[in-house]
Amino acid sequence: MTPSKAVYNGIKDAGIDLIVSVPCINLRELISLVDRDPEIIHVPVTREEEGVGICAGAYMGGRRPAILMQNSGLGNSINALASLNLLYGIPLVMIMSHRGVEGEPVCAQVPMGELTPKLLDTLGIPYFIPDSMANAAEDVKMAWESALEGKMPSAVLLPISFWRG
Amino acid sequence: MKRMDAIREISGKAVQSDALIVCNIGIPCKELCSIRDTDNNFYMLGSMGLASSIGLGLALSRPHRKVIVIDGDGSVLMNLGSLATIATQAPENYLLVIIDNGSYGSTGDQPTATAKGADLAQLARGAGNSLVCEVRDPRHLEQALQDMDHGILVVKAEPGNADVATISMRPEDILRRFMSGSCRPSD
Repeated sequence: MTPSKAVYNGIKDAGIDLIVSVPCINLRELISLVDRDPEIIHVPVTREEEGVGICAGAYMGGRRPAILMQNSGLGNSINALASLNLLYGIPLVMIMSHRGVEGEPVCAQVPMGELTPKLLDTLGIPYFIPDSMANAAEDVKMAWESALEGKMPSAVLLPISFWRG
Repeated sequence: MKRMDAIREISGKAVQSDALIVCNIGIPCKELCSIRDTDNNFYMLGSMGLASSIGLGLALSRPHRKVIVIDGDGSVLMNLGSLATIATQAPENYLLVIIDNGSYGSTGDQPTATAKGADLAQLARGAGNSLVCEVRDPRHLEQALQDMDHGILVVKAEPGNADVATISMRPEDILRRFMSGSCRPSD
């Protein structure tokens, strides 16, 4: 088992079947797993906000969508999350590599890293932080159930320590 | 030809083919609603720029259902990356119609970059889309809508808004009504 495989198992358990992605180094193995899965439509996108739109359309077409992105992409998506997902009541799971936290070597990641939980709190978007690899699959599944029930986005935050296994 | 005239043609074509329509935020939605309000119309009320993305996600999810997006020049300029993503996926049930009137019509008719030379058809081709067409009059629009099942159609239009009512449906009702037809498992 690897951290990526644990998250992937959660994606499968949740029945998520359309995924948009913007890469992060920590997501490389997970993106590859998703891309090879014939049951999942994988759409690499140019910017996270665009991905939020594609996921909304996918939900309207009866799919279970998720976005894979770095937490910096949350900043690029806030208007869409508010004036599309929250306005109409559209579920979405955001699986985020959470950079800019303990162990971060790139100083430019720190401001958004610190702001990420606060931005989610401000938006009223619930988030799950697996405390170990063993909880990751369950947290992804709970994130989808929470999104569906609340008719709104939810997030799974995967900090640097998570990827070290 | 103004936006309203183009939307009338597109809406007529959508009815013929039982297509789903995703319509751009602002006055375009009001114009479509006033011309023909059907369960197959999704009216965007926020998230400017994302009509083409919503339509792409919908088309990929319902490959046997035709999807038409009514977009605008200002909105496409806000999400140009979408043109590249559409090219990578190229779903054969997806037609993106960009009504390009060179104007931010819902906010006071400020000129967009297309009024100063930006060419959306060329940008769409440069992003990798192989089926791109541009029309400038109603006769060619009608013909293009008959000929094109998918791809990107740029409709050059004059600025100007019709005097139409605000949409009174609540967002959750717009979504529920649209999804009653858009996510049937049989499609």
